[in-house]
Amino acid sequence: MTDLSKPVNDVDEGPSASKTLTDTALSDSWIDICALSELPHDAGVAALLNENTSEETQLALFLPTDSDRVYAISNFDPFSDANVLARGIVCSIGNEIAVASPIHKEHFCLTTGKCFEDNTVAVATYPTKIHQGRVFVHANPVALSGEA
Amino acid sequence: MASKQKVLVIGNGMVGHKFLEALASSETGAEYEITTFCEETRVAYDRVHLTEFFSGRSAEDLSLVEPGFYEANNIRVLLGDKATTIDRDAKTVSSENGEILAYDKLVLATGSFPFVPPIPGHQRDNCFVYRTIEDLEAIRDGAKGGSVGVVIGGGLLGLEAAKALKDLGLTTHVVEFAPRLMAVQVDDGGGAMLRQKIEELGVKVHTGKNTQNIEDGEEHFHKMTFADGDVIETDVLLFSAGIRPQDHLAREFGLEVGERGGIVVNDYCQTSDPDIYAIGECALSGGRIYGLVAPGYKMAQVVAEHIIAAQTKASSNNTFTGADMSTKLKLMGVDVASIGDAHRNTPNSREYTYIDGTDEIYKKIVVNEDNNRLLGAVLVGDATDYGNLLQLMLNDIPLPEYPDALILPQRDGSGVTGLGVTALPDSAQICSCNDVTKGDLCQAISDGATLLGDLKACTKAGTSCGGCNILVGQVLNAELENMGLEVNTDICEHFAYTRQDLYNLVRVEEIKSYYNLLAKHGTGRGCEICKPAVASILASCWNDYVLEPKHAGLQDTNDRYLGNMQKNGTYSIVPRIAGGEITPEKLIVLGEVAKKYNLYSKITGGQRIDLFGARLEQLPEIWKELIDAGFETGHAYGKALRTVKSCVGSTWCRYGQNDSVALALDVENRYKGLRSPHKLKSAVSGCTRECAEAQSKDFGIIATETGWNLYVCGNGGMRPRHADLFATDLDTETLIKYIDRFLMFYVRTADRLQRTSTWMDNMEGGLDYLREVVIDDSLGICEQLEVEMAEVIGAYQCEWKTTLEDEEKLRMFRPFINSDKGDSNIVFVEERGQIRPANKDEIINQEGVSA
Repeated sequence: MTDLSKPVNDVDEGPSASKTLTDTALSDSWIDICALSELPHDAGVAALLNENTSEETQLALFLPTDSDRVYAISNFDPFSDANVLARGIVCSIGNEIAVASPIHKEHFCLTTGKCFEDNTVAVATYPTKIHQGRVFVHANPVALSGEA
Repeated sequence: MASKQKVLVIGNGMVGHKFLEALASSETGAEYEITTFCEETRVAYDRVHLTEFFSGRSAEDLSLVEPGFYEANNIRVLLGDKATTIDRDAKTVSSENGEILAYDKLVLATGSFPFVPPIPGHQRDNCFVYRTIEDLEAIRDGAKGGSVGVVIGGGLLGLEAAKALKDLGLTTHVVEFAPRLMAVQVDDGGGAMLRQKIEELGVKVHTGKNTQNIEDGEEHFHKMTFADGDVIETDVLLFSAGIRPQDHLAREFGLEVGERGGIVVNDYCQTSDPDIYAIGECALSGGRIYGLVAPGYKMAQVVAEHIIAAQTKASSNNTFTGADMSTKLKLMGVDVASIGDAHRNTPNSREYTYIDGTDEIYKKIVVNEDNNRLLGAVLVGDATDYGNLLQLMLNDIPLPEYPDALILPQRDGSGVTGLGVTALPDSAQICSCNDVTKGDLCQAISDGATLLGDLKACTKAGTSCGGCNILVGQVLNAELENMGLEVNTDICEHFAYTRQDLYNLVRVEEIKSYYNLLAKHGTGRGCEICKPAVASILASCWNDYVLEPKHAGLQDTNDRYLGNMQKNGTYSIVPRIAGGEITPEKLIVLGEVAKKYNLYSKITGGQRIDLFGARLEQLPEIWKELIDAGFETGHAYGKALRTVKSCVGSTWCRYGQNDSVALALDVENRYKGLRSPHKLKSAVSGCTRECAEAQSKDFGIIATETGWNLYVCGNGGMRPRHADLFATDLDTETLIKYIDRFLMFYVRTADRLQRTSTWMDNMEGGLDYLREVVIDDSLGICEQLEVEMAEVIGAYQCEWKTTLEDEEKLRMFRPFINSDKGDSNIVFVEERGQIRPANKDEIINQEGVSA
């Protein structure tokens, strides 16, 4: 299985480089979200994917401090059924990076989407890349487990 | 099965109640039919703290009976009824109200009555004694319109009573027959120091005075004439010349009594009739009356165990064979302690004395001939050594080579006072009120009570008089060290520091950002524990705007969006309504805003209005309308000062003593925006009726006739805690000064998310220690605390006003970085004429109305 768990930072090559990531990823599936400079460090923002379609999805984007890696996960907190993960606090747990839900503080890994407190629950994660100062998110999630 | 054994108790004082608790809580507690006489109109209350009745504590506060205790244990209480006859052959007791009660076991816990010397005129009006709440009420009424009060008797109770008269605003005199105050407990040197300190507090002391006559005065109600010809005129006269055992029932119905009174008991506290026991101050054990509560409690326990053992045909090995009469108390704020042979009566013993004329401290220890065992001690002005010294004596522990080290001040910090709790045997009694030994504490610690508050809660150690709190803390620390149990107090995996450590690092190194602190002292990227904690510390220290880019990502979502997130991701809005006072115009604005944005409206417990259901992107425009109308943020989202509730006070209320609303406004406006380890709530009541519920707040203020009483560390919520009375009759300036210091000391030393109530429960030294820090400036930090508070107050800003002025900040409130569309998952339905979040089924069916 192709490992897509790591966000991709592909500053030099264009969006077309996505085909090197996965056979199934189509170049036109990279969606331009915003300028990298718009993302605050160490705090999340919400973004909308496939706006006004049946596929409309809320994302939570995170840009950790001293990093130009952007992480994208589903904004939906499966414990509270509310779209709030972008408003959580970015944490490190050992070597992993996570966000704590602002509702009841469950931690979700930003790279895998798994919940640290309950391994039967996970949120979707999305490949990201940065190209020419813009943040792109792939339209298809890497893994979709749990009920997200 | 045989019918239940009938246990009848006469007397519902502190000791009588302790007996009921001991019997009812035993494993066989349900097998007794328990009845108790209570001659007073109130069930058992705390007589030790009776004086506090005048400094604001109500009769309810003084009660020792947990609500529902009698009902839950099927104990019948004959309130206001008096036992009049004991028929020992028929084994019945009859009462004034005509009840005849059978008993299998009878317990006399009739206590004592105050001795009134037969001075001519002692029965005049406005002559009182000091024993019951009724006595206190009578004294209070008698003091009205008077200006002078005299206490006859300069013993422990006499000085307590003098404090009461002083609290009532009377010019107070203490008249003592002996040549010094507290002649039983302290020596000449201690008595002299005590007198000096008490006179400085404004009480006039007359020793060696023999009152001969009381008659009508010229300027005041009474004129007292002494044997030496001196006279004093006074309006109120209070006798506190000792107690006498209440033994008339025993006397009348043929039980053996002592020559000078007291019901003779054996080591099981049985009287000359084996089915009748006597406990507490009415009992004469080994030829002595024990007028302290701890020996009384011990007797109660002995009798409970004896009755239980007799029923199961076992033998009880718990006996009462005397008690140590050492005491430590605070009289009008003066620490006084007496241990063992305070008067050096032991032949060939020696003594060491230390007198500090500046701070007015007197300490004496008495040691044996070989100079290696402690026999007694007297402490006046500073009794912190009490616990250590008492343990040295009780456990016969060898003294250091130079025993004077025990009382000399340790100025360089290198010396060691006492020998440390590790030297104590497991049998050492640490808490005499509740009979908790060091072994009991160690057991509880190894069972998992590794926090001071938990340890006290499960063993009850230190929960009565509090005199052993410091020792309990020392036992805990030593035991944890012993067990090799390292209690990890690190705040989280990113910082190997406690919150207090981090606070000090931030202060001392003047660190202004989390990332700077993390780089210098931490590891990793931080987490939802250390980030908000440090953000709070930074705000407490420097009071920066919380949404500065370097602070924004640290904040919990409530602080980050300056609103309270609710279950569906929407926010509630709480503007400040200081003191709960609001104009009709502003009230209308709130109503109009709520209507315009369709917000659910609710009145909060803190006397303000909470508007629910605002979407993230709506927050700025709603706040703009509120701020334009003159509102400011209420910090309901922050671990910060929330509200200062008030009653309507003397402006409107018929009973009000002072303007509680004006003070509440001042206090709320002073401390608004102060960020702290946890939320802070306050209240001001205009009189002792306490309509603002100030005693359930982190700091509460109650108006008195002469000033303000300050209460601290109360809490409602999950574990309610009554606030402790911290200081009385303060003028407004002193009140504010104490609150400044109290709050900053809390901010400095509390753990993360630790409310003031648990902070207090875990504080070594407890309330006394806090008073020393805040009132006596024992740490020398008060000036600094005040400066720090002034800085925070000076840096106050309405965070919403600042936010609205900054386009950059407003962008944070956009729902999506790439769209202005709202969250379609937020759905409300209507209930009782307002919105509420739709539940899951309602969202799926899309029956709800989009807000």
